[in-house]
Amino acid sequence: MIEEKIKILKQKIIEFGLLVEEMIDKSIKGLIEKKEEILKEVIEKLEPIANRFEIEIDELCIEIIAQYEPKARNLRVVLMVLKINNDLERIGDHAVNICESSLFLIKRPDVKPLIDIPRMAEESTKMIKDSISSFIEEKIDLAKDVCKRDDIVDSLRNQITRELITYMVEDYSVIERALHLIRIAQNLERIADLSTNICEDVIFMIEGKIIKHHFEEG
Amino acid sequence: MESKILKFENFSAGYGNLLVLKNINLEIFEKKITAIMGPSGCGKTTLIRCINRMHELNKEAFHKGDIFLNDKSIFEMNPVFLRRKIGMVFQKPNPFPHLSIYENVLAGYIINGIKLKREEKDKIVEDCLKKVALWEEVKDKLYLKGTQLSGGQQQRLCIARSLALNPEIILLDEPTSSLDPKSTVEIENLLEKLKDNVTIIIVTHNISQASRIADYVAFLYLGELIEYGKSEKIFTAPENPKTEEYLSGKFG
Ligand SMILES: Nc1ncnc2c1ncn2[C@@H]1O[C@H](COP(=O)(O)OP(=O)(O)OP(=O)(O)O)[C@@H](O)[C@H]1O
Ligand SMILES: [Mg+2]
Repeated sequence: MIEEKIKILKQKIIEFGLLVEEMIDKSIKGLIEKKEEILKEVIEKLEPIANRFEIEIDELCIEIIAQYEPKARNLRVVLMVLKINNDLERIGDHAVNICESSLFLIKRPDVKPLIDIPRMAEESTKMIKDSISSFIEEKIDLAKDVCKRDDIVDSLRNQITRELITYMVEDYSVIERALHLIRIAQNLERIADLSTNICEDVIFMIEGKIIKHHFEEG
Repeated sequence: MESKILKFENFSAGYGNLLVLKNINLEIFEKKITAIMGPSGCGKTTLIRCINRMHELNKEAFHKGDIFLNDKSIFEMNPVFLRRKIGMVFQKPNPFPHLSIYENVLAGYIINGIKLKREEKDKIVEDCLKKVALWEEVKDKLYLKGTQLSGGQQQRLCIARSLALNPEIILLDEPTSSLDPKSTVEIENLLEKLKDNVTIIIVTHNISQASRIADYVAFLYLGELIEYGKSEKIFTAPENPKTEEYLSGKFG
């Protein structure tokens, strides 16, 4: 039965979402606690699992399409899963980028106490969680809410950049380290963007029409 | 007589158990271009990062001996103050992200809260960009982000930034290694002009680049300074056979 298959598909997406959340959590935890082993775990252990998830979900979708030729709503769900799958994989890549910069940073003195970056990370992981549950439980209001929260992350990124530029101007020896922190903030911002993409797709799936453009105005 | 601005005295440095620089004695001449050369891993980057005390930022780093800037030990100076006198341009161009070209040049003023009139700002931006020969190319698009420029333009913008505080020395670690040949020539021409006012120390792997621009060459091999002198001399008749081998491309 196609309904059974779709259930499995949704279960896989939930697990994949939890995995990339863990990847982001650990990339920041490794940075804050200066623990190389946590960062290496993300790169060496979790990233390969994420890649396997992506392939597995992809194959499952293709199988469903070939076998059941889903129509209308079911087709939209399967197509959304394909897109979400791709977004989650990219989120995983961003977590790996964060780990790489963190590995550089933990061997060097702190540029500043980290307050906004953990806040950004918390906000972004929450956006992933909510985007996935808006999909699974088909909660259109939650999806719309996530889209709005994108601004919070953007403004945090802006604030972090401005502050770090101040440090870089005062002493260029912090430039390398500050650029790595900015890179981390940019990756978190991309993660939030990708969660927003997922929510826009969810809204499309439920309402069956593209809302991307009206939404930006509202 | 050419005067000396920087002096290494029995200077050694490394990371953890690894001794990278071995008892270096070296004097750098003022307002000249000195090229630091040698095979990969011989300690060139480590050497120049000692000069502005960035080496110490690494947790494992250590050093022994002394470095004098105008006869004063750099290790007795405030590192931030030292870095005002010794600017640095990194291997990869790194303009401040999200700032325009105009803001990149002025960043030091804006952030230190120095109030300037519109005309003063415009003048500083124009002067600095002219110094690095970037003005003609960007004068109509000063509001583009610094990161939207080409690699060579970004590197010149970074040189402008390093000049903003009127340093006595600028350090450049392979500043053209990520650039195309045309941008490389532009940077080389620029350095030749700048040396009227500032001492330049440049790490380069590029032998023809060193022979084009350097007045002096220091050759490092496995952490030792094995040859140092005027570049005409080193490029025509090096004394150490290792230098000869390197310059004839036998290893790198
Ligand atoms: N952060 C570090 N921690 C430990 N060892 C390091 C570190 N940085 C450099 N080294 C080691 O110190 C030695 C000298 O490195 P350095 O980067 O100074 O060489 P280099 O001459 O600049 O080489 P290249 O031409 O490849 O840039 C090398 O053996 C290198 O592995
Ligand atoms: Mg180097």
